[in-house]
Amino acid sequence: MSCRKRCKREFLKFAQYLFRLITGTLNADSVEDELELSAVRHRPEGLEQLEAQTRFSRKELQILYRGFKNECPSGVVNEDTFKDIYSQFFPQGDASTYAHFLFNAFDTDHDGSVSFEDFVTGLSILLRGTVQEKLNWAFNLYDINKDGYITKEEMLDIMKAIYNMMGKCTYPILKEETPRQHVEIFFQKMDKNKDGVVTIDEFIDCCQNDENIMRSMQLFENVI
Amino acid sequence: MATGVAAWLPFARAAAIGWMPVANCPMPPAPREHSKKQDELIILNVSGRRFQTWRTTLDRYPDTLLGSTEKEFFYNEETKEYFFDRDPDAFRSVLNFYRTGKLHYPRYECISAFDEELAFFGIIPEIIGDCCYEEYKDRKRENAERLMDDQEENKDSKLPNMNFRETMWRAFENPHTSTMALVFYYVTGFFIAVSVITNVVETVPCGSTPNQKDVPCGERYTVAFFCMDTACVMIFTVEYLLRLFAAPSRYRFMRSVMSIIDVVAILPYYIGLVMTNNEDVSGAFVTLRVFRVFRIFKFSRHSQGLRILGYTLKSCASELGFLLFSLTMAIIIFATVMFYAEKGSSSSKFTSIPASFWYTIVTMTTLGYGDMVPKTIAGKIFGSICSLSGVLVIALPVPVIVSNFSRIYHQNQRADKRRAQKKARLARIRIAKKGSSNAYLQSKRNGLLNELLDLTGSEEEEQHMNKTSSLLESQHHHLLHCLEKTTAHEFVDEQLFEQNCIEGAQFSRSPSLSSQEGFTGTCCTHRSRKRIPLPNASLSTTHTHTHTQGLQELSAIHIQCGDQPSLSTSSRSSLNMKSSERSRINCRGQQITTAVISLPSPTNFPPDGDGHSPANPIPAPPTINTTTSSNIVKVSAL
Repeated sequence: MSCRKRCKREFLKFAQYLFRLITGTLNADSVEDELELSAVRHRPEGLEQLEAQTRFSRKELQILYRGFKNECPSGVVNEDTFKDIYSQFFPQGDASTYAHFLFNAFDTDHDGSVSFEDFVTGLSILLRGTVQEKLNWAFNLYDINKDGYITKEEMLDIMKAIYNMMGKCTYPILKEETPRQHVEIFFQKMDKNKDGVVTIDEFIDCCQNDENIMRSMQLFENVI
Repeated sequence: MATGVAAWLPFARAAAIGWMPVANCPMPPAPREHSKKQDELIILNVSGRRFQTWRTTLDRYPDTLLGSTEKEFFYNEETKEYFFDRDPDAFRSVLNFYRTGKLHYPRYECISAFDEELAFFGIIPEIIGDCCYEEYKDRKRENAERLMDDQEENKDSKLPNMNFRETMWRAFENPHTSTMALVFYYVTGFFIAVSVITNVVETVPCGSTPNQKDVPCGERYTVAFFCMDTACVMIFTVEYLLRLFAAPSRYRFMRSVMSIIDVVAILPYYIGLVMTNNEDVSGAFVTLRVFRVFRIFKFSRHSQGLRILGYTLKSCASELGFLLFSLTMAIIIFATVMFYAEKGSSSSKFTSIPASFWYTIVTMTTLGYGDMVPKTIAGKIFGSICSLSGVLVIALPVPVIVSNFSRIYHQNQRADKRRAQKKARLARIRIAKKGSSNAYLQSKRNGLLNELLDLTGSEEEEQHMNKTSSLLESQHHHLLHCLEKTTAHEFVDEQLFEQNCIEGAQFSRSPSLSSQEGFTGTCCTHRSRKRIPLPNASLSTTHTHTHTQGLQELSAIHIQCGDQPSLSTSSRSSLNMKSSERSRINCRGQQITTAVISLPSPTNFPPDGDGHSPANPIPAPPTINTTTSSNIVKVSAL
């Protein structure tokens, strides 16, 4: 820009500044703050579609949605709300880490929020799915980086998160190496070829041979 | 568990599938739903206005009237609705609380009417949401103050059983309580006035003697004035001593402002008595007489306004300090300028900068005595600037002080309110958490009691136990139990935990017991203690561990829960004060000994095949020693 124009612009700015000084106008509050982005609103797909996609009946979907929308009027759950809700079920300990992993497991499209569809799809697998699907879901939960392998570090994270939910006042007293020992036992059981990771096939195989696990998978059939 | 998120319990339970592959022990069975009720609409008829809501909405808060079975008292069979003869407008807020979990206070509503409605429906006002809490507290305080004022006016009757000292103190503080006090009050007031007037009149020149000078009255009628002074000081001394005697805390009384004023008022007289009419100290003696004017401050006991003024000044001290400081700055600046401006002119009164202070102050406060005026042109220019700025400097801080005062006053109140609210909210959250964890531990013990009663075969009490916890609670407890099983650790309450810590420090045998056996070991010992209700419980028979705690353990629980109707403490809210009762209940029966866990006799405890206990029976840690009912073997864990 030429020198003359620059001088003119500076002079104008100074004159404006002097004017403002004398008349005493304060800086106007930035208006953008007022127009807050209205909360993301989400409307789920229709009942018929959800009925087709999941294994819930119409009535069950109604009950589920009412509960969901009551807690999250905007229709989506973000991670903080999720952690908050989940923590209320475990008052003694800290459920936020495990809730984080759960959130990632439910948020199948990884967009940072769990919509009603995600929620209901997950529940449909957990409550009405076949044992294979449930085991798949569990594997997906443990596999934090979703690469198809559960490493010891991932398992250790999950284990620590679970033990955190117990809190401090337990019997027997929780020790530091307890989660690690538990992970060792888990890997001894699951890792057949001893390569340090658990693949989906090893996992499903091993679980299907374990009576306890099979039985406990059926435990929550009638939750809704 | 906050019942507001009850809707998410199915989700939390479903998500528990994530723990299953990790767990090494089998999970406990899920609680059966006794009756699978469809969600239905309930009609609530409040004085003719019909509200409808889902039953599950009301069930969210089982500790209130509408959420518990208490509403059955209001059920009207003919119209199949619940009828309440209350205010429908206030009921809106109540019902909204169930719907949204937040209680709001409508501003148009009278505070005591609202409180009554809340009390009727069993909702405690402390859970009012943040948005309405301040308003609610303000109104409540106003109301309380109004009631207190009314009460004070009626407080004429003398409280019984007050000894002489208390009576006297009360008479001093509230003169209108008795006639004697009133008399005393007026007499002292009169004498204060007399004393002040005497001091003033003493200095008036009166009487024209043939001398040249006018003599002040004080010196003319010395004896009269001296007698008057003596009388006043007598009264004041007596009053002070009486107050000192009657004060509940003498030390605090002596430190109070009023008593210091009293002392300062009468001290000069005594000092004057003590000192002889010595020429050297008479100057000091005269100075002391100045302090007699402080007697006027004794009036502040008689005047509420003076006291308020004093308090106001004290609270505004920093603003006043700022005013003084800015004035001082301006004075110094202008005095310097004026001095140097007027230096040139001859016969100028501005002899030094401190001398110019006087001019600056007089000009800035727009007094303008005129004893010092600038003569040079520069001096006049700066003088005019001085007076103009004086107006500004004086006028500006005063509204600031006023507004500061009102702002600080309100802010203090608001900060106090916020602090109280925050404390209350944290306490609530803490109590809610504790309540829910206590509820779980309580139900565990109930479950164990259940087992015992099963063993001894008393049916009715078992059914009673089953009914006390709601389905939602039993599901939540089942969830927590699954977590326990997954991690092979149990929840215990804080006292037991601390005891265990102490024991762990003293005797390192108990943790080694579990650590030797490893995880499967602890898990198995736990399992062995409980009855495996599942039909194919083949795993238990493969154990070769000595079941470290057999029947002995089962018996070592506190049975005192059996006689309390407050077993449904878990339902009667965590928000109520009963949490303290609950924690008392929890520890009452347990006489915890710090003894080492005795190595148990290897009694093999075969699990019973027929299990029908839906609750979660896990015995408490073995260091519990309690008295039990007659059915059960008394065992001490030492």
